[in-house]
Amino acid sequence: MKKNEMKYEFMNHTADAQFRAYGSSLEEAFQNAAEATANLMWETEKIKPIKRKNVNVKGKDRKQMLVNFLEEILFLFESDDFLVHSIKDLSIHKDKKGYQLKAYFEGDQISDKYEIFGSIKAVTYNEMIIESNDSYMIQVVVDI
Amino acid sequence: MELKQISQYVWEIPKQGDMNVPAFIYSSPSLIENVKKDLTLKQTRNMACLPGIQKAAFAMPDAHQGYGFPIGGVAAFDMNNGIISPGGVGYDINCGVRLLKTDFFEKDIHKYKKALMDAIFEKVPTGVGKGRSTKLSQQEIKQVCNKGAQWVVEKGYGKEEDLKRTEEEGMIKPANPENLSSRAIDRGSSQLGSLGSGNHFLELQKVTEIYDRKTADAFGIHSKDQILIMIHCGSRGLGHQVASDYIRQMENEIGTKGLPDRQLVNAPLQSKLGRKYYESMNAAVNFAFANRQMIAHFVREMFEKVMGVSKGIDQVYDVCHNVAKFEVHRLNGKETKVCIHRKGATRSFGPGHKEIPDVYRHVGQPVLIPGSMGTSSYVLVGTEKAEEVSFSSTAHGAGRLMSRRQALRNFRGEEVKKELESKGVELRARGWKCVAEEASPVYKDVDEVVKVSDSLGIGSLVVKTDPLGVIKG
Repeated sequence: MKKNEMKYEFMNHTADAQFRAYGSSLEEAFQNAAEATANLMWETEKIKPIKRKNVNVKGKDRKQMLVNFLEEILFLFESDDFLVHSIKDLSIHKDKKGYQLKAYFEGDQISDKYEIFGSIKAVTYNEMIIESNDSYMIQVVVDI
Repeated sequence: MELKQISQYVWEIPKQGDMNVPAFIYSSPSLIENVKKDLTLKQTRNMACLPGIQKAAFAMPDAHQGYGFPIGGVAAFDMNNGIISPGGVGYDINCGVRLLKTDFFEKDIHKYKKALMDAIFEKVPTGVGKGRSTKLSQQEIKQVCNKGAQWVVEKGYGKEEDLKRTEEEGMIKPANPENLSSRAIDRGSSQLGSLGSGNHFLELQKVTEIYDRKTADAFGIHSKDQILIMIHCGSRGLGHQVASDYIRQMENEIGTKGLPDRQLVNAPLQSKLGRKYYESMNAAVNFAFANRQMIAHFVREMFEKVMGVSKGIDQVYDVCHNVAKFEVHRLNGKETKVCIHRKGATRSFGPGHKEIPDVYRHVGQPVLIPGSMGTSSYVLVGTEKAEEVSFSSTAHGAGRLMSRRQALRNFRGEEVKKELESKGVELRARGWKCVAEEASPVYKDVDEVVKVSDSLGIGSLVVKTDPLGVIKG
């Protein structure tokens, strides 16, 4: 499979978890990065898309917006028991102050029918890359 | 980057370029080879470039790649010109270890072991986000963050003696929970008394070696086969959120210009934001002390339930290994207050230090070094030498060697469990994946790590333990 057809891939990282997410647009790459993040903790495909959570995050630059966006998944999980199935309607706007991202997550509340197999403490800037040539590539290391 | 070995266990990155001080790596010929493979050296060097760093940047024997600071990184900063950095503490603020001793021996608990493991596993929530079903109110969380383990003991879950045998007596000051975001409080509201996931665990252990009888006796550890309980966890989502919140604030208000790594974002110690982070971090430190206190209580409760007795289950000590603290150290022959960051490193005060509990002051501070799943753990004691060479710090664990991905490719959870059971180790975990990810070969050799610490004299061997039962977080 060519890189631009792959949504994301996990890499080797000694202490933590590292992935690269791809997309033909920045929005698509962000969406795939969120999918990779959620899949470190549960299988998104197995979560029923029966609830909806709106996401609205800002960032002074793209990297900070990415950290803030991915951390929404952790926050909704730990404080609202919400498991992400998919990311919808993701849009990114830039203005003088920086970046703004809007989207919504579909998913379900945590329950015994879902297996949670991993945990993330935080999304780090360590070795973070947001790169665009013909398409976009995002590299993230999360603290586990 | 220049790296020269200057003695059997010490490597130096000499001061060069934008480094303010040299960097020293405490390691061994076998451990240093792994250190060279990842970003540990670069990250140790980066610490040495931060403003106001004193004397040198240090990497402990279990050092491995982190983010910002390496795990195992120790750095002290000048109180006037220095900085404080959330990346120098880590996301899991006051991740640490608590050790309880019992009056039981292996033969006493043998037939109860399975029941004990089941009971503790049932009582102490593990796994991701898995907290308790009862939530604490915002006000209660703030009280926990103010008073730490003391709050828990006041509620009746523990003994005064536990507090005396906890770093900072389980309540560090000044802590200001009013500075915590509502997100941090939300994440903590159902997590008091839970292990969390990753490398966190609770172990039933037996003493297998006593190296220093006098010190072991002082710690309440008297003979081989004595049963100990080790608890390894931190401040859970509350602490993680505090770190993320302040990294963001420091980026926005101070910026990352000139830093070799964005994750090293920091604030001057004398700035309002630096102070705010310090007091919020302390709130998370207290939450973690309270968390381990609660878990210790559950352990006693379950011994009572299963064996009908919890008498003699006393705390040996509780140490933090992810923290920034104001401490007095000798610099150029003068007692000087500094802000010391220990990220994956344990404080190691020698005999006579006034911050050690009275009962231990004649021998030194207990240093608790957990191994990985299924391997030995160690109790060491702090030394005077550590004051001279590592700002009173030593290692904190085994240190990871292999990525979780590689672990999943190389090990199957079911087989890891079988192997542990063949060695007489009971395992309790929520899933197979987390078991495979934490299989002992993915960690550095903890025996080698403590050997280096002991040989260097930054933490001396007292007791070795082996696991009888592991509850995986």
